[in-house]
Amino acid sequence: MIESETPPTMAAVELSGIWKRFPGVVANAGANLSISRGSIHAVLGENGAGKSTLMNVLAGVYRPDEGEVRVEGVAHRFRTPADALAAGIGMVHQEFRLVPSFTVAENVVLGAAAGILRRQAIEDEVADLAEQFGLATRPDRPVWQLSMGERQRVEILKALWRDAHILILDEPTAVLTPAEADELGVVLRAMADAGRSVIFISHKLHEVTGFCDEATVLRGGRTVAASVRVADTDAGELASLMVGSSPMTTERPPAHPAGPPLLEVSGLSALGDRGLPALESVDLTVRSGEIVGIAGVAGNGQRELCQVVAGLRQSTAGTVHLAGDDLTGASPRRLFQAGLGYIPEDRLGVGLAPRLSVVDNSILRTYEAHRRGPFIVAEKAEAHCVDLVERFGVRTGPLHEPMAGLSGGNLQRLLVGRELSGRPRVVVAAQPTRGLDVQGVKAIQDLLVEAREAGAAVLLISEDLDELLTLADRLVVMHDGQIIGEFDPTTASRSEIGEAMIGHDAGVGS
Amino acid sequence: MNEASLIGLCAATVSFGALLYLAALGEMVSEKAGILNLGVEGMMAMGAVTGFMTALEFGNPWLALAVAVMAGALTALLHGWFTVVLGAEQVVSGLSLTILGLGLAAYLGKNAVGRPPGAVLAPVDWPLLSDIRWLGPVLFQQSPMVYLSVLAGVVVWFVLSRTRTGLALRAAGESASTADAAGHSVVGLRLTAVAVGGGLAGASGAYLTLSLTPQWAEGITAGRGWIAVALVIFGAWKPGRVALGALLFGGTLALKTRLQTFGVEFSPILLSMLPYLLTIGVLVVISVRARNRPSPAPASLGIAYRREER
Repeated sequence: MIESETPPTMAAVELSGIWKRFPGVVANAGANLSISRGSIHAVLGENGAGKSTLMNVLAGVYRPDEGEVRVEGVAHRFRTPADALAAGIGMVHQEFRLVPSFTVAENVVLGAAAGILRRQAIEDEVADLAEQFGLATRPDRPVWQLSMGERQRVEILKALWRDAHILILDEPTAVLTPAEADELGVVLRAMADAGRSVIFISHKLHEVTGFCDEATVLRGGRTVAASVRVADTDAGELASLMVGSSPMTTERPPAHPAGPPLLEVSGLSALGDRGLPALESVDLTVRSGEIVGIAGVAGNGQRELCQVVAGLRQSTAGTVHLAGDDLTGASPRRLFQAGLGYIPEDRLGVGLAPRLSVVDNSILRTYEAHRRGPFIVAEKAEAHCVDLVERFGVRTGPLHEPMAGLSGGNLQRLLVGRELSGRPRVVVAAQPTRGLDVQGVKAIQDLLVEAREAGAAVLLISEDLDELLTLADRLVVMHDGQIIGEFDPTTASRSEIGEAMIGHDAGVGS
Repeated sequence: MNEASLIGLCAATVSFGALLYLAALGEMVSEKAGILNLGVEGMMAMGAVTGFMTALEFGNPWLALAVAVMAGALTALLHGWFTVVLGAEQVVSGLSLTILGLGLAAYLGKNAVGRPPGAVLAPVDWPLLSDIRWLGPVLFQQSPMVYLSVLAGVVVWFVLSRTRTGLALRAAGESASTADAAGHSVVGLRLTAVAVGGGLAGASGAYLTLSLTPQWAEGITAGRGWIAVALVIFGAWKPGRVALGALLFGGTLALKTRLQTFGVEFSPILLSMLPYLLTIGVLVVISVRARNRPSPAPASLGIAYRREER
């Protein structure tokens, strides 16, 4: 074996200097990625790191503003996903692109050119292909009858049938059971051994170290580590690369001696939208005068926890106590009356009604207090609205115009004001500052701290670790529907928390 | 009621059934691709008037039929432009199309009102078959449009369920983003389906003025376009079931004008409600069954598709 004679290995995929801007967001800021043939390559990064955007650029869904895409050494400018497919790039999206009423075989051959459709022939063809790569499937079954794992195999078959040599999987294990995830690992290895390249987007480090060969880490739209050999690194190093180490920006508000427990959650379990367990026996206590922060990668049960506490999702086990009263399964109105303020993640979908006026929105929770018989007393409602607007510094146009005209920050101020004006005993705030400008963030954070000073128990869910470290008196980390660690924000390191967030080495510090 | 009048009723049932079937088949093709077109009544009227006037002018019924199909397709493409290309609300655009089509047809045809037809599509007299007792007059002495509607049904069934183009078209109606990701042009597929649907509605209109009641009068379509829309739901978006429904609903149309002569004391107004009542019944059955299986309606029906840029 003479090494000098082997030709320089050409990368299967080479992305260099990719920039992609969306209105108000730079998703990719000069990202690079190089994939060698026949390997499983992990692309890692936190939410918003630009992973999905970069993959969508490679798959022809987005056109990059700048940068070069090379496949097998040839530069390409993909205009559509079909262009990328023609170059051998297939993508399995997180949201499956399948027609539920079609059979497996029909879904697989959907991309084919015109002609007669012979049912038996395509079913046999798909069965052969599936067997070749060890993908168990039933070609004649309609997709709506299949489990999530089976549907994913159909997606992979679609790409293989189109002869994709580079297969992109966007967080493929998010919808799978652990056993299904292991099976997927075996299938991907078989594909890599057959000379195809697999790009595996994930933030589950044990899967990356388990079955990937190389890893590229993105942060803030840039590549911070390119093609690291997984064998040469460890989960801890990758975790700290993902989370980074930006310095804290805001001063911590002074600590406050915590009072009696106001929100007590014990053994709480619930199912997610897809009917899979999303919360598994969560125990959590928030005391009067403290902010408890929940950190975690999105989709690990934070949303479901908020919804159960706010009465918007049914629990399957466990209890929720508010100031000592068992309010498990109580209606949102009952919970509001018991002193719960809820700042939902989806502020325009759940929190406010965008087409109603500012006045109407401000009394949505308390219209009972502004009525005479069946009628709303306009003066009372308006007075309440004016009071909210002044107290919480909402900048608004005419009060009887639709809410939707307000800026994001002012929408959120009104929502937070409405929820906090009744002096709630418990506040649940989900992503309260997401998408706001610096001023808006500061205003909302101040309001939450104010609520804490007034003796409320505040549960704060955020994807912004800096925000949690700044505001929270205690910090718990959720992963896979469970609370897997608790930290003291004054002493815990970001990398410790980061590792817990990706389900690795649960630190039970503090 | 004697034998002759019963045969007459059956023959009229087939005639009216074919009339409804052509329009419903067109609507079904459009809906299979995800576009609800409530303008059937308007497209039928356009086909009816343009067909009749072409016959007046040129005296050729087949040319008249071709013009009617074109007119229906062009009217439908107006809906296609608004809903498929511009992403407008399909219900609003479709309703507007009905009003526009009816009004425009009345305007175009104001000099043709009451005139004798320039040409008609004469009934086909099938050798031997037409002499069969009972079956002959009911099935084998019909207008060529009846046989064309059967042919259209077979072609639509074959294309939708046995070709890859049909698969792509159905995918555009079930999940437009999936069809797009698979490399098909959702806009192209949907516009084609809308145009085919309009063409068939135009043919249905021409059947009225060239064969069934060979004359032009404002409002000659008499709400049959709406029955066609209901028929698609009644037939659960399946060509065969829509055909059965067309015969059933065609029967109510045929019966309506004959009740009196049969001496039956039943209000024809109540009878004309029957198709809609049956359709509501089918909707209830569909939604009850929807608990454990997907609805037969195309999943993306009525939803505009735009490729997302986040």
